[in-house]
Amino acid sequence: MNWVIALPEIVLAVSGLLILSVGVLTKKGHAFLPSATLSIAAFVVTGFFVATSQGGVGYDGLFVVDAFARFIKLLAIVGGVVAIALSVGYTNEHRELPFEMPILVLFSTLGAMVMASSANLMTLFVGLELSSLAIYVLCAMERDRLGSAEAGLKYFILGSLASGLLLYGVSLVYGYAGTMEYAPIAAEINGAGILPIGLVIGMVFVLVGLAFKLSAVPFHMWTPDVYQGAPTPVTAYMAGAPKFAAFALILRVMAGPFGAMSPRWQLLIEVIAALSMLFGSFAAIPQRNIKRLMAYSSIGHMGYAMMGLAAASPAGTTGTLVYLTTYLIMNAGTFGVITAMRRKGREVTEISDIAGLGRTNPGLALVLAVCMFSMIGVPPLAGFFGKFMVFAAAWNAGLYPLIAIGVVSAVVGAFYYLRIVKVAYFDPAAPAFDRPAPSVSFVSIAMGLATVLFLIGLGPISEAAQAAAQALIG
Amino acid sequence: MNTAIAQIGLGPYLTVSAALLVLGVFGIFLNRKNIIIIMMSMELILLAANLNLVAFSSVLGDFSGQVLTLFVLTIAAAEAAIGLAILTVYFRNRGSIQVEDVATMKG
Repeated sequence: MNWVIALPEIVLAVSGLLILSVGVLTKKGHAFLPSATLSIAAFVVTGFFVATSQGGVGYDGLFVVDAFARFIKLLAIVGGVVAIALSVGYTNEHRELPFEMPILVLFSTLGAMVMASSANLMTLFVGLELSSLAIYVLCAMERDRLGSAEAGLKYFILGSLASGLLLYGVSLVYGYAGTMEYAPIAAEINGAGILPIGLVIGMVFVLVGLAFKLSAVPFHMWTPDVYQGAPTPVTAYMAGAPKFAAFALILRVMAGPFGAMSPRWQLLIEVIAALSMLFGSFAAIPQRNIKRLMAYSSIGHMGYAMMGLAAASPAGTTGTLVYLTTYLIMNAGTFGVITAMRRKGREVTEISDIAGLGRTNPGLALVLAVCMFSMIGVPPLAGFFGKFMVFAAAWNAGLYPLIAIGVVSAVVGAFYYLRIVKVAYFDPAAPAFDRPAPSVSFVSIAMGLATVLFLIGLGPISEAAQAAAQALIG
Repeated sequence: MNTAIAQIGLGPYLTVSAALLVLGVFGIFLNRKNIIIIMMSMELILLAANLNLVAFSSVLGDFSGQVLTLFVLTIAAAEAAIGLAILTVYFRNRGSIQVEDVATMKG
């Protein structure tokens, strides 16, 4: 048994437990900063192990490491680090997060990494639950605020429903394919002349469960409330790592075991992608709360990323991976600015609160504007390349209706993104925000720069994404 | 090993499990009263999947279904604990666990 293959996960899990003991032993009220610093250190070490890890299959075919798993794992780790860095700036005398918060982010990222490496439906389910259970708690982390508790409750109820449906799908697939491993399931499907109906129903259930975690329409109902209610760093996290992991699973499961069934699920993915793009752009228009707006924006972005999946080609998968990377960067930049939105130590989240940010805090306003233009997809910012690659892949696959819908919703989406820029630069100035904490400024500026300078990194990133797609589809 | 299932076949097991699933899903969506009932319905869904897994595992003569069932039981326990903890936090803030009260955010 080749246990070394899961070394990054083992390192992360053990350091999570160690940090938990450090937090318990530190004096009460002083544990947050050490725990956050150690968690970031653990992430960095794990990232190093992921980047240098050997490929292969281990644990009796339960666990696989390839270029694809590595790509998704690194994205998830970056998402985790950003969330923890934001949480450090989020705590002050008015708002305190317990020291368990960075550790829960760590365990949730661990779950995401296990999902990315799954080669068996069992690993899939356990990883998914590890990732989700930690997020349920994270949402309800601010125990004295009703919004946070309500967000936790809503996410818990709808999330466990999704996990239950996914598990039911897993049981059907297992029963009708006779195995839980991806490769034999694929062989079974290829060999079968007429697919058993149970297998098809199982696949649909699995897809529904994963689409739920992705917050793709029509399984998006939880997203706006949960994004609005959860503590801001947690919202920033939820828009990142768990989504990448869910995408990793959709890509792995749909391209692997269900790859031969692609004509059957392609239409389903196309419909989900089209609905998500449309809903994400139209429903965002009347929003006033910026966190809620970002929820709709995330629904829309998941739709675009799914467009690459709907193409069901290596180019489409590459496009999806690049799209996810760009989304991670510009989303982190935006949430850096949202975390910095405080007056006299209290958080404000209305869009009208941004008014005049261009005069009161030009730096933050510039980051916000860059991220918004990138989300629209203006070249040469990061968002453009992701959009370009998924659109190109969909064009080559002949998905013209989907492209038309994508263009329409991109134009509609541009309206609400530009509205934020307009409010920030041209509206009469609202009172200035507090000076942002150093970690928050750092995240915003770093991510803003990454958005602008994405062109420099485009070569290596798209090469890595291509290698990842090849590892997946072969 | 699969004598019990061989006698009555897989059908009844799958039927009972499908019935449990439907009960669970409807329990969540039609229930307009209490959040505790929603949590009970969620357990029903997980049990439906477990029953499926064990029945298939027995018929296929393959152990992985039963292994997953053990994992699911553990996860269900953790999930119930987390759910009740979140519910307690919510109750302390809101003073109620009625379903219609869980709607301070809308839009």
